[in-house]
Amino acid sequence: MGKTIAEKIFETHLVDEPFGDVSVLRLDRVFCHEITTPTAIEDLVARGKDRVFDPDKIKVVIDHVSPAKDSKTALQGKILRDWARRHNIQDFFDIGRNGVCHALFPEKGFVRPGFTIIMGDSHTCTHGAFGAFAAGVGTTDLEVGILKGVCAFKPPQTYRIDIIGTLRKGVFAKDIILKLIQELTVNGATNRVIEFRGKIVDEMGMDQRMTLCNMAVEAGATCGICLPDRTTVDYLWEFIKDEYSDKEEALKAFSEFGSDADATYADTKTIDVSDLEPLATYGYKPDNVKPVSEMKGTRIDQVYIGSCTNGRLEDLRIAAKVLEGHTINPHVRGIVSPATPKIYSQAMEEGILKIFMDAGFCVTNPTCGACLGMSNGVLAAGEVAASTTNRNFNGRMGKGGMVHLMSPATAAASAITGEISNSRLFAENQGAGK
Amino acid sequence: MKKFEGNILFLDRSDINTDEIIPARYLTEIEKTALKPHLLEDLKLDGFDPKKDIESASMIVTRANFGCGSSREHAPWALEVNGIHAVIAVSFARIFRQNMFNCGMPAIELPEDEINAIFDTFSKDQTRMTVDIEKHEIMLQSKHQTRTTHFRISDFDRALIQTGGWVEYADWHY
Repeated sequence: MGKTIAEKIFETHLVDEPFGDVSVLRLDRVFCHEITTPTAIEDLVARGKDRVFDPDKIKVVIDHVSPAKDSKTALQGKILRDWARRHNIQDFFDIGRNGVCHALFPEKGFVRPGFTIIMGDSHTCTHGAFGAFAAGVGTTDLEVGILKGVCAFKPPQTYRIDIIGTLRKGVFAKDIILKLIQELTVNGATNRVIEFRGKIVDEMGMDQRMTLCNMAVEAGATCGICLPDRTTVDYLWEFIKDEYSDKEEALKAFSEFGSDADATYADTKTIDVSDLEPLATYGYKPDNVKPVSEMKGTRIDQVYIGSCTNGRLEDLRIAAKVLEGHTINPHVRGIVSPATPKIYSQAMEEGILKIFMDAGFCVTNPTCGACLGMSNGVLAAGEVAASTTNRNFNGRMGKGGMVHLMSPATAAASAITGEISNSRLFAENQGAGK
Repeated sequence: MKKFEGNILFLDRSDINTDEIIPARYLTEIEKTALKPHLLEDLKLDGFDPKKDIESASMIVTRANFGCGSSREHAPWALEVNGIHAVIAVSFARIFRQNMFNCGMPAIELPEDEINAIFDTFSKDQTRMTVDIEKHEIMLQSKHQTRTTHFRISDFDRALIQTGGWVEYADWHY
């Protein structure tokens, strides 16, 4: 009987199956940031077990609040920094070299097809875009991961979703994943791995695949996963070129992890996105989704373009295309946070940051900050944000604030008009601007 | 013998997320006890006042998909430091549920009909609940009513409760 990619990864990493209930897996990577790791470190110290299973497999970044905004966040950074140093963890990214974890770690080549990865961060599912099993965990799972290099998961049940059709211009991976979350609801994929398949996924670059996988957790999924292909190999080539004689050989090796044609799935779904128009969220749950065209007149106070969902170069390029030659509405505060220094630097070279600045945007350093209302763009009560992030929970970007999730194109267009609006990328081609 | 008992806090809504359980602005705390005054601070629910309703509670009964969203273990910690050691729901988000057991606290699922019946019968009155992990049994008692119900829990989850959590279990076995 054939196997899914998740089943193959579980099989190759299985350490134990206590009581037949769960699979304890060997971990290839443990990623750490300064919000959820310090408590694990303090607990290990208190238990007299201040050790790490393998310093080369642990990758560490300060990203949620950077630069530190107060004494408490400075202390969180310090605990993480001191710990990385005393355990000789080489891959530690502090301010100046830091970025949003789920953008930075792939960019550094730390993610490979077939890997098992955990992090104390729910959007760890992003790394499934590379054909890895990557899951967000709490601090205790992280602590055991750091100490023992293992983590327990229920055996994977896979929900295969085929995305087919032809995407209209001005419609992006963000719109697709919002549509899927609307259809699946916020717990429609709980305890499952979502395997994203189909022509649309095949044609996506890694940036868009990461957007897709990033929000799998908003439907409850353990991990979103894409099968490794030539696009994956091309992205990783600079990191793997010494391991394989050529790209074909790498592709062959990675394809071993691909799901078999006769694999069994817990559930399947096919979605044709040919008629899809740009979407945005309206309530306090990510499955509260409707077309942007139905949200006309929704006034906004702040636009935020960034985060592990949509802060990558491709996202900034699209937003800049919409903004070029325009200035944002005088009542709107525009904030763009390129997700990593490399993205920041490339956006600078391509003239993208200039377009943002000329339009009236503030360009911040790479950080998670505003997405979860911790720093760099917190909303006041009663304020409304158009945001490229992943969660519209009540109070998410600041107590009493309202968040509408959308693609970078829609966010940029909304910044110009001051209300939630379709981008001209969509309107031009469709004659469907309404 | 692991038993959890105390008064119930009824939260009558599905999809209560971890931002509502403990907002991100408090994630800068290193000490768990600092989370105590902020539990459920951002939860908007008719008739619920976190300042009054949490103090006497040591159990939560709620609807579906409790603990969705962020992976923050600060959510179960915020419950724990407020003396709430068990949550009963129709279903849980995966990470929250795992975090509860990893901390040695049960997150127990009951069928929707059973949760509906518990809400209908007990949510208006002060109700005491006992969760018996060995017998897989929940007992509820108010001034006027009693009810006993059974639940399923895997041997692995039970082992986590018995050993005190995943760090202890993993340290012993791996």
